[in-house]
Amino acid sequence: MAKPNKETLLDWYRQMVLIRRFEERCAELYQQGLIGGFLHLYIGQEATGVGAVAALGPNDHVITAYRDHGIALARGVDPNRAMAEMMGKRTGVSGGKGGSMHLADRALHMWGGYGIVGGHLPLAAGIALKMKYLEEDGVVLALMGDGSTNIGYFHESLNLSAVWDLPVVWLIENNQYGMGTAVERASGAKELIRRAMAYSSEDGSGMKMGPRVDGMDVLAVYDAVSEAAEYARKHGPVLVESLTYRLEGHSMGDPQRYRTKEEVESFVVSGPIGRFRHYLTETYKGVEKALDKLDAEALQTIDDAVEFAKSSDNPTYEDLISHVYVD
Amino acid sequence: MADRPITYREALSSALREEMQRDERVFIMGEEVGVWGGTYAVTRGFLDEFGARRVRDTPISEMVIAGAAVGAAMAGLRPIAEIMTINFAFLALDAIINHAAKVRYMFNGQFTVPLVIRTTTGGGKQLGATHSHAPEVIFAHFPGLYVAVPGTAYDAKGMLKASIRDDNPVLFVEHSTMLQRRSPVPDDPDFLLPIGKSDIKRKGSDVTIVTYQKGLEHSLVAAEELAKEGIEAEIVDLRWLRPLDLEPVFESFKKTNRCVVVEESLPMFNVGAEVAAQIHDVCFDWMDAPVKRVAAMDIPLPYSHEIELMALPSPEKIIRAVKEVV
Ligand SMILES: Cc1ncc(C[n+]2csc(CCOP(=O)(O)OP(=O)(O)O)c2C)c(N)n1
Ligand SMILES: [Mg+2]
Repeated sequence: MAKPNKETLLDWYRQMVLIRRFEERCAELYQQGLIGGFLHLYIGQEATGVGAVAALGPNDHVITAYRDHGIALARGVDPNRAMAEMMGKRTGVSGGKGGSMHLADRALHMWGGYGIVGGHLPLAAGIALKMKYLEEDGVVLALMGDGSTNIGYFHESLNLSAVWDLPVVWLIENNQYGMGTAVERASGAKELIRRAMAYSSEDGSGMKMGPRVDGMDVLAVYDAVSEAAEYARKHGPVLVESLTYRLEGHSMGDPQRYRTKEEVESFVVSGPIGRFRHYLTETYKGVEKALDKLDAEALQTIDDAVEFAKSSDNPTYEDLISHVYVD
Repeated sequence: MADRPITYREALSSALREEMQRDERVFIMGEEVGVWGGTYAVTRGFLDEFGARRVRDTPISEMVIAGAAVGAAMAGLRPIAEIMTINFAFLALDAIINHAAKVRYMFNGQFTVPLVIRTTTGGGKQLGATHSHAPEVIFAHFPGLYVAVPGTAYDAKGMLKASIRDDNPVLFVEHSTMLQRRSPVPDDPDFLLPIGKSDIKRKGSDVTIVTYQKGLEHSLVAAEELAKEGIEAEIVDLRWLRPLDLEPVFESFKKTNRCVVVEESLPMFNVGAEVAAQIHDVCFDWMDAPVKRVAAMDIPLPYSHEIELMALPSPEKIIRAVKEVV
């Protein structure tokens, strides 16, 4: 596992800030009625997405749930096209037909965000099967929320991946709630990582139980997922749990009656970006200027993306009726 | 007792509350029904009022929500299981279709399933292809299950109370865009509407519009426009897709000799297909024009609002269809 150098770390910082600014702007655009439907922000979870995706190579694959903006941006999706999708424009990554929950970019092996809880997990198994079947290099990183570990899709997918030794890193983004339901009110196993035991054997075959990692620490997530990916390539599936926190509501308009302001505040203080910035300034003397520059550039990138999206065309009737079938 | 105008949401809430007060075996289970207060705020305050024994938050597990509710109903409780939206009922199809609808028959009447599964339907809110279905007609395919599709607060209340008291499994489908609609509703705690009875929502003599829920709303608007041009539409609100009550449709058709069926679901194998076939069967001698159908376009729904609206039924599309037959 390659130790990330300074340049790499700064790029992770850039990504995390870009995601944060992207999400903040999306919230504004939603209030202005320029984004519709459901909007689920990634604010608070940036370290998990950036650290995990950074552990992948170009031949690897990513698939996630509807809280997908951060994953898409981390994987390198063009912010212009991501923003255009938010606004339902035909220049969007999904042509304006997918929206916030459904960002895919095939060229980047970003297989999409999916709105049905757990629905993408069997797809991850299938994508991994293709690689195993054709003896291709590569692993699938399948991200999911804590809440999705309680749906049948989760159990069937993890079990199949264990039976067939599929190269999947199953990564639970445990942000402590599925909508308003805290993990311990929804899962018999409070430590979700223990679910791996259900698909593993005493002789070590089956699912490997990976670590339960501090999901607010981008370096820790990177290390954990890198190691898991290496194992998955050689042997088969690994389950990793990242402990993180969703700083905003589940989606726009969530009254958040299920948690206190104090609880949220406590995570703001220990938020992933501030923490990483602190680490960087401690590690590299005089790096502040570079970081400030990245901060400013992120804002500019988002301004440009909004401009691009606003000036893009709406989809047409032709778009409406296209791609139902292969022509 | 006086009829008070209340919202569709209040109608649902009060129906649930009254039936829970009336019968201790009635309880609620589903995602976000308790602490959150219901995704559509229908069960707001219920957790405080009835406690965690009777208002049960579940994990995100549609299969077991529906399946465990079937078992609890077989064993003698009267569950009201909530599936957040009908899109997620696809994950519970087997429990609903193979078990809720069939255990009574399969075991020769030994079991009853006094179950209500509440869910919401409807598109047009930019939720994208997987979250924008109005697929209630799928569930109406199967004998053994009732399917309720109330389109007013009045109907929502009387039909939900009747569903909870009935011993058959009911899929109770609420419309996600109609929760704020108001209509007068009786205060009577025993206000019940009969199961499987459609209702004339507008009198007319020139064309019969058969519809429900969002289609009803659009049809009422269309009918006012048509009236300005001297075309009087009679609107039959089905209210139930099962039991399906087409008697008022036949009666109306024998007067108008024309029919347009309006629904939000997809255009093939839909409610319109069933209604048209039955009209052919029963009213062949009264037909002056083919039965027309207005439904969503035959595509998944997109996110972008511009094109999403093109795909959905509207008063304009209804007016056009009516003009083709009158
Ligand atoms: C099958 C299904 N059931 C219910 C929903 C509604 N729903 C959307 S997100 C969500 C909570 C998911 O929580 P989690 O998996 O922890 O992801 P998070 O939102 O925290 O990222 C629910 C219940 C859905 N989309 N799909
Ligand atoms: Mg969660």
